[in-house]
Amino acid sequence: MADTATTLPPAQGAPRFDIKSMLTKYGAWIALALLILVNLAITPNFATWQTLNVNLTQVCAIVIVGVGMTLVIATGGIDLSVGALMAIAGALAPLIFLGKLFPLPHPAIGIALAFVLPVLVAGALGWFNGWLVTRLRIQPIIATLVLFIAGRGIAQVFTNGNLQVFNLPSFQFIGLGRAFGIPFQAILMIVIVAAAAWMLRRTVFGRQILAVGGNEKAARLAGIPVASVKQRVYLISGLLSGIAGLIVIARNSAADANLVGLGMELDAIAAVAVGGTLLTGGRATVIGTLVGALIIQLVRYTLLANGVPDAAALVAKAIIIVLAVWLQRQSHR
Amino acid sequence: MSTTSLKLFQGIGRYGVLLALVALILFGWLRYENFLGTFNVLSVLRYNSMFALVALGMCFVIITGGIDLSVGSTAALGSVVAALLSSYGVMPGLLGGLAAGLAVGACNAFIITRLNILPFIATLATMLAASGCALLLADNQSVSVSYETGFVELGQGDFLGFPIPAWIALIAYLLGSLILNFTSFGRTVLAIGGNEDAARLMGLPASRVKAVVYLASGGLSGLAGVILAAQFGAGQPIEGVGWELFAIAAVVVGGTLLTGGVGSVGSTLAGVLLLGLIFNILNFENGLGWISLSAYWQSVIRGAFLLLVVAIQARLSMRAEEAA
Repeated sequence: MADTATTLPPAQGAPRFDIKSMLTKYGAWIALALLILVNLAITPNFATWQTLNVNLTQVCAIVIVGVGMTLVIATGGIDLSVGALMAIAGALAPLIFLGKLFPLPHPAIGIALAFVLPVLVAGALGWFNGWLVTRLRIQPIIATLVLFIAGRGIAQVFTNGNLQVFNLPSFQFIGLGRAFGIPFQAILMIVIVAAAAWMLRRTVFGRQILAVGGNEKAARLAGIPVASVKQRVYLISGLLSGIAGLIVIARNSAADANLVGLGMELDAIAAVAVGGTLLTGGRATVIGTLVGALIIQLVRYTLLANGVPDAAALVAKAIIIVLAVWLQRQSHR
Repeated sequence: MSTTSLKLFQGIGRYGVLLALVALILFGWLRYENFLGTFNVLSVLRYNSMFALVALGMCFVIITGGIDLSVGSTAALGSVVAALLSSYGVMPGLLGGLAAGLAVGACNAFIITRLNILPFIATLATMLAASGCALLLADNQSVSVSYETGFVELGQGDFLGFPIPAWIALIAYLLGSLILNFTSFGRTVLAIGGNEDAARLMGLPASRVKAVVYLASGGLSGLAGVILAAQFGAGQPIEGVGWELFAIAAVVVGGTLLTGGVGSVGSTLAGVLLLGLIFNILNFENGLGWISLSAYWQSVIRGAFLLLVVAIQARLSMRAEEAA
């Protein structure tokens, strides 16, 4: 519909309709562009490298988790456990490279393991979520509620609730390092977004995800391995949460099981919703999630940079979410 | 779902949770001294009454097939408003907290029934908004309650030897149970959850009833906030994190189906007490001195418990489906 709107001369199409379909298709992009323009006009020192870096680093973890959430929501599910899985990964990594879990033959091995093991553990827990959803046929919101409640507790039990402080540049590269002047975590984020966007559009697995979310029964009748597809999206969501957990602790030079990833499930879902992914499944956009997260972050930044308290930014975020989802609904009428 | 599996579900929900609760109480009574002593029983009831109120609202919302994620921050907002108004007396504090909760509930009702947005997203947004309002009103810190007007009695006082918050929760549950089982409103709530389109076609006022349910959930959360402020002597803008999921867990443990259409107020209360007692028993166990489990184990055990319950429910419903 939007394609015809751009190719037909304006005299032939109904202009009101064109604007509407344009708005719903590119609404998130337009909002982002408007926000940037407004900021260029009113926020001092907005067009600087530093502002870009600040906003990018704020948004990285949300986007990485949001990519996994997009895939899960595309199948018609939801993953509430992402924040708790971040806390588990974040609690495990320092335990490993500080040698508290098992003796390390060499520090480099410790660092390598600190990257790999926590992400794998988070992935395994994501797989467990998928198992609950597919084998026991528990609704996703309840299945992932189990780890939402228990997961942070597990991380707290591991660390006894203590703050683990560390200073280990080779590990912290994932959160503090730079390549070509760009924060490494931003590069990682872009790579993950690009890979997921490509996968969703161009691979069989991507089509299967959308088919399952669109109409599960039809997908099953068409011979799509529904259970296996769902299982894999929860696994991916777990793995990505693990990576996000490592980024957050590396950035803070400290792991606090009480705080890492707290409320992340809501931020990620909000980014997905604002980005234009259908929350009932069947239609998803990974790039949209990136844009959605950037919009939410930029609104917050705009308000903060202009002296509005952070609490008011929460209210603004709420209004954006409702507005975005409402606009999305209008296009489906 | 077939009727046999529905019946099995209801049976397990209604009696399973009660059996588990009785078993847990027996365990505590046999194992620990003073477990059933007046002090412990009353303090468990006093502390859990606010969760009970929130879970009651959640129970109704879930029966209609919806969900309310905003209850925790609504309670926080209620506690802040109540604390700010407590210096004017008991009633202004109580009504202020209640009104704050009703306001959030009205927003939920409007967004869900008028804008037709999924309850999950609508209440996620109002959760953020309520939290923001609470922080703004409280200026990012806790607000102390006036001790001169007797407002704290609402949380700390007793009436006929029974904690006042527990009275409030008890009355709310009695009313809730009566409304769900014996009024046309209650029937409509169940009908909407069973099949909303069918309920609409039968001429039931589905939108209005849904709106009232979210309004009630908001009001009950606001009331929980009033009790929170009175019990701890302060309005707490950052309290209430995770309450929504605790309430959902309590409702689910109580056997209410998350898909709506089936549910019981009484077993929700049992679910709340069950999850609350886990924490209490953990404290007693540590008191014995043989093991030392930190408070962090509480959430692990609660999660494991939730897993156990939903796994059993899932198994039973699958078996019932196969049999049918």
